[in-house]
Amino acid sequence: MGRTLAEKVWERHVVRRAEGEPDLLYIDLHLIHEVTSPQAFDGLRMAERPVRRPELTIATEDHNVPTVRGPIEDPVSRTQVETLRKNCAEFGIRLHPMGDAGQGVVHIIGPQFGLTQPGMTIVCGDSHTSTHGAFGGIAFGIGTSEVEHVLATQTLPAYRPRTMAVEVAGELPAGVTAKDLILAIIAKIGTGGGQGHIIEYRGEAIRGLSMEGRMTVCNMSIEAGARAGMIAPDETTFAYLKGRPHAPRGEMWDAAVEYWRSLATDEDAVFDTVVEVDASALTPFVTWGTNPGQGAPLGSSVPDPDDTGDPAAARRALEYMGLTAGTPLREVEVDTVFVGSCTNGRLEDLRAAADVLRGRRVVTRTLIVPGSMLVKLQAEQEGLHEVFRAAGAEWREAGCSMCLGMNPDTLAPGERSASTSNRNFEGRQGKGGRTHLVSPQVAAATAVTGKLTAPADLV
Amino acid sequence: MEAFTVHTGRAVPLRRSNVDTDQIIPAVWLKQVSRTGFEKGLFSAWREDPDFVLNDPAHQGASILLAGPDFGTGSSREHAVWALQQYGFRVVIAPRFGDIFRNNSTKMGLLPVVLPASVVEDLQSAVETDPALEITVDLRERRVSWAGRSAGFEIDDYTRWRLTEGLDDIGLTLRNADDIGAYENGRQPWLPTTV
Repeated sequence: MGRTLAEKVWERHVVRRAEGEPDLLYIDLHLIHEVTSPQAFDGLRMAERPVRRPELTIATEDHNVPTVRGPIEDPVSRTQVETLRKNCAEFGIRLHPMGDAGQGVVHIIGPQFGLTQPGMTIVCGDSHTSTHGAFGGIAFGIGTSEVEHVLATQTLPAYRPRTMAVEVAGELPAGVTAKDLILAIIAKIGTGGGQGHIIEYRGEAIRGLSMEGRMTVCNMSIEAGARAGMIAPDETTFAYLKGRPHAPRGEMWDAAVEYWRSLATDEDAVFDTVVEVDASALTPFVTWGTNPGQGAPLGSSVPDPDDTGDPAAARRALEYMGLTAGTPLREVEVDTVFVGSCTNGRLEDLRAAADVLRGRRVVTRTLIVPGSMLVKLQAEQEGLHEVFRAAGAEWREAGCSMCLGMNPDTLAPGERSASTSNRNFEGRQGKGGRTHLVSPQVAAATAVTGKLTAPADLV
Repeated sequence: MEAFTVHTGRAVPLRRSNVDTDQIIPAVWLKQVSRTGFEKGLFSAWREDPDFVLNDPAHQGASILLAGPDFGTGSSREHAVWALQQYGFRVVIAPRFGDIFRNNSTKMGLLPVVLPASVVEDLQSAVETDPALEITVDLRERRVSWAGRSAGFEIDDYTRWRLTEGLDDIGLTLRNADDIGAYENGRQPWLPTTV
């Protein structure tokens, strides 16, 4: 019987397999940041263990960093960042600190450097590590105990997850993006639907996505409960990778591409679970609740909790969000718009937002936050920052920003945002803050009208 | 890691689905670089509500959390596990867990027990009726017992052995250091390094 992409990549990384034990899996790349690593380094020191492969490890500062120039004001945040610097110096790990040209959100910089390649195993103490699966590798988030384990051994003991195919047939209509697609997929399978699985996204609509779009889709796999999501490498993948600083060159490139082509799921392979989605029927999609599965088409209304799969949770969510069932989503008024994050902080996302904002003015507080300093530089070379500033939006430095409340970019109690990030959990962007997850296009159009809006709605 | 074999204690019923790790411990608490003091952050936003179940004096000292489906979804923060343990929980019982949370729990010796939703609801009702009810969780027998009833649960043999022995995962892996070295000799030559 044929094998799936996930099975092929997994099998290639099994260091040791024994009856009744989890596989010992080799890790090709370990990404670290300041939040989930300090206790892991402490553990190494206490046990007097070295980092086994510092040259397969890379660090950046992202969660705590302010997105306006200047030092970190919060002493606790500053200590955490300084601790990462000390640890990286002590253990010989490459670090991209604040202000460095290579600094950025951990899941933006891996692909940008060409460190993220097909067929690899990649981990990070961050659940959105699933982003890197867009290149056809197995990439998943881990906790701090496992960060320590990878630092010490470059391996992880793990049971192979089940496989799930999300088959996306048809083409995405004009104005419908990768973000709308993944929000619709999560609404369909639920926040726990992918639990215990690696998802492989397949089909015509997936093949048609850019690498940036594929990263947006894989990024939010964890929001469907799956630790990892992946997409088979193809010409789009190779074209994105070729020439990047850490991509193979010359004969090595040819050998790598030949291997990468062999990774695609075999025609006779069988998935444990199959979910089908019709891309051609999709429209811009937004969330109304407090988990990413509580979403609906922008053209619809806030649902009646009794019409949802979990009425108690929906009632709680509507109360927290300050919404009434039956209200058209297009009438929901928004105070703040955030474009950025590991979900939608890449150059293509900024271009999409700029296309909407060109020649228009925003009526909300609008933060445009590039995912990395390189994305910032490229955007400025194209003049996108001028478009944003002319529209009245704030053009910021790279960081996680308003995705989570660890840096100064937060929501006040009761403040409502349209956000291109990945989680609308209660209080995640600040206690009492209310967040609607949207695409960059919808975020930009919403900034123009002050209500949830698609670009097609603008005059 | 402290070994886990059998634990008997009182429980708190948390009748909410999709309790993500941002709720278990909000991000502002994640700035600490130590491993201690996270109990203050446990459900810190919800605990501001005097009616929140953890504030009920009847449940003080409870060591078993009876949660709803999809407990511990979202962020990979192991701080969620540390917060639960440092507050005094030894066991979380739920119909389904977020994968990363469940994994983190078993690394730290917090036992995640999956029981069918109907059984968890029975347990929640029993504890709501009698907060002093004692529940016994026997990892060796893979069984939860209370008030003359009991229910079996599944956990793989390897994880059960590791938890009942309180073994350090890294130490176990380093016993196989030769296998890791042998694997490294066969890695594909184009794989990147960060230097």
